[in-house]
Amino acid sequence: MLWELLYRVLGKENSGSRSQAKDRLRLVLVHDRATISPYLMNRLKEDLVKVISNYMVINEDGLEVYLNQDEREVALMASVPVKKIRRDYMERTQSIS
Amino acid sequence: MGETIVVTSGKGGVGKTTTTANLGTALAFAGFKVVLVDTDIGLRNLDVVMGLENRIVYDIVDVTSGSCRLRQALIKDKRFNSLHLLPAAQTKDKTAVSPDEMEVLCEELREEFDYTLIDCPAGIEQGFYNAIAGADKAIVVTTPEVSAVRDADRIIGLLESSDLRNPKLIINRIRPRMVKQGDMMDIEDIVDILAIDLLGVVPEDEKIIVSTNRGEPAVMDGISRAGEAYRRIAQRVRGEEVPLMNLDMSNSLMDKLKNLVGIR
Repeated sequence: MLWELLYRVLGKENSGSRSQAKDRLRLVLVHDRATISPYLMNRLKEDLVKVISNYMVINEDGLEVYLNQDEREVALMASVPVKKIRRDYMERTQSIS
Repeated sequence: MGETIVVTSGKGGVGKTTTTANLGTALAFAGFKVVLVDTDIGLRNLDVVMGLENRIVYDIVDVTSGSCRLRQALIKDKRFNSLHLLPAAQTKDKTAVSPDEMEVLCEELREEFDYTLIDCPAGIEQGFYNAIAGADKAIVVTTPEVSAVRDADRIIGLLESSDLRNPKLIINRIRPRMVKQGDMMDIEDIVDILAIDLLGVVPEDEKIIVSTNRGEPAVMDGISRAGEAYRRIAQRVRGEEVPLMNLDMSNSLMDKLKNLVGIR
């Protein structure tokens, strides 16, 4: 009670639930938007395959891309089985850069 | 040719019906021909909010099924001659109307009215798809709560994949004091998260309950703050640029002192 008063006098308002609401919403929406749009995940997979294939030969069927959520953040996880590394990646990527 | 705007939210109880009633009344007050369409079949409420519940003869299902003509089902509001209501059916369910039928209906209404406002049911089932089928534009209503904003985000996604691009946002029932205390999300927080254009902000106002009790939309009440907010929203719908309402009510020195000491 006393602390609350002191905080108010000092103008500190960080203890409120507003920022919690915002942070929790952000996390939940990253997940909502990605699960709701399998289209987005598929496009991302296709693009990843295109880029990675310039450097490595991969097993496309074994490719896994998903979102992983813990308490603080959402991370994009990808598991890409590699068959071999390309020697000609320089030539393959020159046109890109 | 008129404009057809659907008022939607995902979550129930955030103020879709109140928004439809007030926005429609404000537009009619400004002289436009307006029709309010209640598509919440089975759970109709726009009629009581408008105070027109005793005048219903036919409803939307009677029109789409061909049991009556559109003109017979439209209820003219005696307070504003240019304001009309097409009530929902109460004894049927949401499948009694199809999206195709709604498109035809909206086309017909567009011929006659400057603004057709469609009050959408809560949820993302058939009723939602019926309500948006004939709309040109969409308004998403939310409140500053995690659950309501989350549902609004989902609705925005569904609207965009149904080709209703650029929906506009109304943040309803905001409490400036709680925002100030750091216990409620602010306008900026919500706009930032949802990433759509803001159409307006409506403060929490007890007068909304009084006006619903009476069946008189709050825009008819000169001193209601929510009413004032809706009048501004109506101006923006018409394409005018109006500043957001000043939500900070505690401007006097006494209020500032009270805030400081924590008396509320």
